[in-house]
Amino acid sequence: MNTWHHLISLLPFEWTQFAFMRTALLAVLLASPLFALMGTLVVNNRMAFFSDAIGHASLTGVGLGVLLGLADPLWALVAFAMILGLGIIALQRYTRSSMDTVISLSMSFSIALGVVLLSRGGNFNQFSHYLIGDLLSITPGEVGQLLITTLLVGGGLLFGYNRILLLGLNESLARSRGQSVWWAQMLFCAAVVMVVTMNLSWVGILIVNSMLIVPAAGARNIANNARQYVLYAVGIAIFSGVAGLIVSYYANTATGASIVLVAMACYLVTLSIKATREVLGRRSAV
Amino acid sequence: MEAHHHHGLAPHVCGECCTKLENLGVTLNGVPVLEDISLHLHCGELTTLVGPNGAGKTTLLRALLGEIPHTGSIHFLPVFGHGREDAPAIGYVPQRLDFDRFSPMSVQDAFSCVLSRWPVVLWPTRRDRETAREALAAVHAEHLIARKLGQLSGGELQRVLLALSLTPVPNLLLLDEPVSGIDLPGQEMFYRTVSELRRRYDLSILMVSHDLVGVTAVSDRIVFLDHRIVCAGKPAEVIANPEVRRTFGLDLAPAAPETP
Repeated sequence: MNTWHHLISLLPFEWTQFAFMRTALLAVLLASPLFALMGTLVVNNRMAFFSDAIGHASLTGVGLGVLLGLADPLWALVAFAMILGLGIIALQRYTRSSMDTVISLSMSFSIALGVVLLSRGGNFNQFSHYLIGDLLSITPGEVGQLLITTLLVGGGLLFGYNRILLLGLNESLARSRGQSVWWAQMLFCAAVVMVVTMNLSWVGILIVNSMLIVPAAGARNIANNARQYVLYAVGIAIFSGVAGLIVSYYANTATGASIVLVAMACYLVTLSIKATREVLGRRSAV
Repeated sequence: MEAHHHHGLAPHVCGECCTKLENLGVTLNGVPVLEDISLHLHCGELTTLVGPNGAGKTTLLRALLGEIPHTGSIHFLPVFGHGREDAPAIGYVPQRLDFDRFSPMSVQDAFSCVLSRWPVVLWPTRRDRETAREALAAVHAEHLIARKLGQLSGGELQRVLLALSLTPVPNLLLLDEPVSGIDLPGQEMFYRTVSELRRRYDLSILMVSHDLVGVTAVSDRIVFLDHRIVCAGKPAEVIANPEVRRTFGLDLAPAAPETP
């Protein structure tokens, strides 16, 4: 950690002179690749709405944590989001309703409950930092938690990547290869819950899902295979993470939202690359 | 009805029973879909399931895949050394692969995904690449290895899926209307490839089709299914069956010559 601070403070920028910025940079560099890797699977397996619901359900987790009198509601948040996430998958399997209906249902319930819990006594405003997040006040201890999450979940994701990708391609095909669809789905959803909730306090509930979806969606525009897909997504995520952090420092804006705006700009660039390729392809075909 | 001894098989085809279905039945939502299905599938043979819509053809495949519960019994006799009696290696080519055509996944990626756990996002291992190339060569699709799955034509996609289902060589290959929606040359190419593979790997194949006339040349046996087995046998025998002729309208006026 000291080496990190020392190295970064050698960079000839004004912002590198502040310890909180150096810690924030480390957090961004740890979290962005994980978000990108997970995002590629979330987008491929059409789980974007699911991860969005998990982000929003976290509000209720915070409410429950406060109700239980916890100083740091993080673990109440992780536990509630996990129950809700696995509950969504189980409910969908049981009722065989469409996934978006089950998610909408669960999300409406959890947001309503969260708002009711947090607005008791008219104190909702004190929780608003969960909505927009606060990267600059991240502590070294929290960065340590991020490191552990990244190593564990990232390693698990890499190990299970092939199976989850095949599952996203076609369920029957995955089943005919002797895969347990149920377990793969449950473990993947648990991983989504971990990534979303562990990063919530610095990204913010409102945009945590964009951190997952935007880099992957951009990478899809230009990738031709799975390797390029992940490579581009990680590239976009790291670039927008670092650029967004610096922008937020100079413009004095919320960091998470700034990162998402840079990522959106990257998305537009990939979209124009895709459009250009299509025009060129059509011309060469003629 | 059940012919156990076949004549005229190629000498290297063992012709033994590979999969035995005894009194199989399936009930979905309280409605009996399949009743009293007893069927033996043999190595090196292509058995085709035909029948009207809603006859339970796909349901039978799903029961074999273990996706839905059934009564009666299914016995698999593994002949390739891998696969267990209760969990055989089954190759499966779905009717129309319902997938996201914009997904950045190449043909090689699909192979890497099923071949090993080595993450497909890293470089493919040499072994995975060679296995994929060999499997694709067997279905005349080597040139498609680097293409995106979503950019393949219907016929190309079915051949890639066929190659995928043969990696590793399964005990039983299930094809669910594999050529529906594919143009005629694509269909012929697919059937020719399946015939070659059946001999090369001594495969036991069960194919679902709604096109009785189209499959007579390629099938070793045809089973006419309408919730139960109405008739089964060599293609010529099944085509001669009055109920089959009525269902497929074979006795109507001879087909009008196709407009060129």
